[in-house]
Amino acid sequence: MSIVLAVVVVVLVVVGGSAFFVLRSKKPKAMEVGTETETKPALKSPAGAPSLEGEEAGSKEPVISRGLDGSLPKSRSLLGSALARMRAKRALGEEFWVELEEALILSDLGLDLSVDLVESVRNKVYKEGVTATDAALEMLREEMIERLDHSNRDLNLGDAPPSVVLFVGVNGVGKTTSIGKLAALLSSEGKKVVVAAGDTFRAAAAEQLEMWAQRSDVQVVKGASGADPASVVFDAISHGAAVGADFVLADTAGRLQNRQNLMDELKKIRRVAEKASGTVTEVLLVLDATTGQNGLLQAQGFAEAASVTGVILTKLDGTAKGGVAFAIEDKLHIPIKFVGLGEGILDLVPFDPKAFVYEITGEVSQ
Amino acid sequence: MFESLGGRLEDALSKIRGKARLSEADVELALREIRNALLEADVNLLVVRAITDRIREAAVGAMASRSLTPGQQVVKAVNDELINVLGGETFRITYESKPPTVILMAGLQGSGKTTTSAKLARYFKAQGRSPMLVGADLQRPAAVEQLKTLASQIQVPMFSEWTSPIEVAKAGVAEARRIGRDVVIIDTAGRLTVDAELMDEIAAISREVRPKYTFLVIDAMMGQDSVNTAKAFNDVLELDAIVLSKLDGDARGGAALSVKEVVGKPIAFASDGEKLDNFGPFHPDRMASRILGMGDVLTLIEQAERTMDEEVAERGAKKLMEGKFDLEDFLQQLRQVKKMGSLKGMLSMLPGVPKELRDVEIDDAELGKIEAMISSMTKKERSDPSIIDASRRARIAAGSGTTSANVSALIKQFKEMQKMMRSMGIGPASATKRRPKPRPSKKGRKNRR
Repeated sequence: MSIVLAVVVVVLVVVGGSAFFVLRSKKPKAMEVGTETETKPALKSPAGAPSLEGEEAGSKEPVISRGLDGSLPKSRSLLGSALARMRAKRALGEEFWVELEEALILSDLGLDLSVDLVESVRNKVYKEGVTATDAALEMLREEMIERLDHSNRDLNLGDAPPSVVLFVGVNGVGKTTSIGKLAALLSSEGKKVVVAAGDTFRAAAAEQLEMWAQRSDVQVVKGASGADPASVVFDAISHGAAVGADFVLADTAGRLQNRQNLMDELKKIRRVAEKASGTVTEVLLVLDATTGQNGLLQAQGFAEAASVTGVILTKLDGTAKGGVAFAIEDKLHIPIKFVGLGEGILDLVPFDPKAFVYEITGEVSQ
Repeated sequence: MFESLGGRLEDALSKIRGKARLSEADVELALREIRNALLEADVNLLVVRAITDRIREAAVGAMASRSLTPGQQVVKAVNDELINVLGGETFRITYESKPPTVILMAGLQGSGKTTTSAKLARYFKAQGRSPMLVGADLQRPAAVEQLKTLASQIQVPMFSEWTSPIEVAKAGVAEARRIGRDVVIIDTAGRLTVDAELMDEIAAISREVRPKYTFLVIDAMMGQDSVNTAKAFNDVLELDAIVLSKLDGDARGGAALSVKEVVGKPIAFASDGEKLDNFGPFHPDRMASRILGMGDVLTLIEQAERTMDEEVAERGAKKLMEGKFDLEDFLQQLRQVKKMGSLKGMLSMLPGVPKELRDVEIDDAELGKIEAMISSMTKKERSDPSIIDASRRARIAAGSGTTSANVSALIKQFKEMQKMMRSMGIGPASATKRRPKPRPSKKGRKNRR
């Protein structure tokens, strides 16, 4: 408690003191809006395409600023070439390990975990007297798959249906889309699904969910915009129980894990959902594959507020590898359950550790 | 879980700061630490490499020079480099002489384009412009409805139709011209950079509407892939600037640094909250300070100005200065501060906060407890906590659902806090000349010495 007080004091002193006495008279300048009308070629042609209207081809500014040479590769191809170089090497030198570590870092596994994995494989390689880089790489994959191997990735079912699945996560990770896809997946397996439009904050979130629901022919329970999300979820579960649904999938508004009041709201949603006539069997954290190390803080924050039971890793069809999900499973023991691979309704698939690891280490699983 | 980037850099640099002579090994060790610190903050590996190479160069120069404090010089080189990478001037927007000024929004799915578009429109409106929103995201279900709702919230006209993204964009600009709107913001569908078809589509939109500005929306929480994304969009669109979204999270925002380095385009705006007015021009120097852990007081102050009740805050600050700050004031201020967000978030914006304090887990729920305890006190107790005896304590504890020990702790802490403030030069004890004459200390305080 003393820390909290101290922090409040510091904040007060700084904000109260300086904001309203010292700096009030000289507020930081807002961006000035220039009135001059700059003339600039409005046309932007894609790189390499012939430019129209005699626009000078050379007028394009250099794309890469200092330091990086012009050929910054995508991580995919970077990894590919790194691996090719590794293979070309006969001996397992220091450089091999550095490159391996960097390949993992580029996949967003995080520094600690990347160092740890490489270190661990390095020890094994030394012990077993392995000298070929291919073999060492294979050992890394085994190690990674091994670390992912202890989790139950099936959707938990409750004794008393409906099984309630809450979808949580920060803004823009794809919660609503994931619900639409999971609803389709479950109803294609003959399950009766009800979805709860628990995101009453974002404009048109309920409409978005309804459109997904139409595609897979499931029922949506929604409240008014700005309604209490907990009560919407409660109503949906009650409705689900009444119509004999197997699953109730509940959407929630995106929230950043450092927003205490919003996390409190989530706690309440979970609490109220527990009181309804189903069983909350899953709280799925939806995680965007492009997320960096903040993903760990997201997982921690949501796990604390809503006891997360699994991760849905979305947007894995882009160039991002989603390595932070590996870190989450490794450090926080929250299993990755599904991955999102596209915008189609069938693009949500069960997580496959082997494919994931091969994608991170640069080769497609057979 | 993480040490702050600033803290790590501080550690790395403290080892060489005072050295009169630097060995190459010293520098390499420090560079290694800097590399690790940047990587943990999600700065792209290749960007990290470029940055550390430049620092190495500067450091080698410092070693060769006959300076008495080569360590200091390296420290300075690091600071300069980081501010340099992020830095530059705040982006300035200019308008077409023949309106409308067209702005094209691009980005990955979920980066926050639709919300950012509306925020941008609101910003232009506040600048005295007459913006219009165009919903060309026909991909995501209900994206147009979302934009329509946001547009009506900020009372800005919005245009869309069920044709094709290119047609919508074109028709939108024509419509703006017709109804005399001078800024048009075109929201587009989120797209992956590997989706050639959609990347072609946005390039076609760009060719068709000839935007004056093309903004790429980047999520501040993004990891290593930020570089690929920025580069791929820059290749097909030639970006003018970046808009950073979700900066109110607790991500270090290394993506900002990466993107800036790779595409060499400024970060024009940043979005730091869910509300439509949580948005403004990006200040590179402030972000550099934040990444470096030097605090971001200006942002904190702006945040305070937005959310706090000015009068209450002013009253509190006045009392603080006069040394008359009691529990009643504390309660009021506490409620104000709570509105601003999490304590940890605010703490991260303050400069000079010791690393130990920065890393401490702060449970904001504690605030609720404190609030409850003070609320359970009488007015008299609030102004002079020394009258709180055992029976009052028990009453307060019962009223607030805490224990007597909690109440004693609070009072003790509050006294210590007052002492601390006095030692920090706040309050009458050390009043400076500029302030009115110090008032005689309160009796109660004197008694307690």
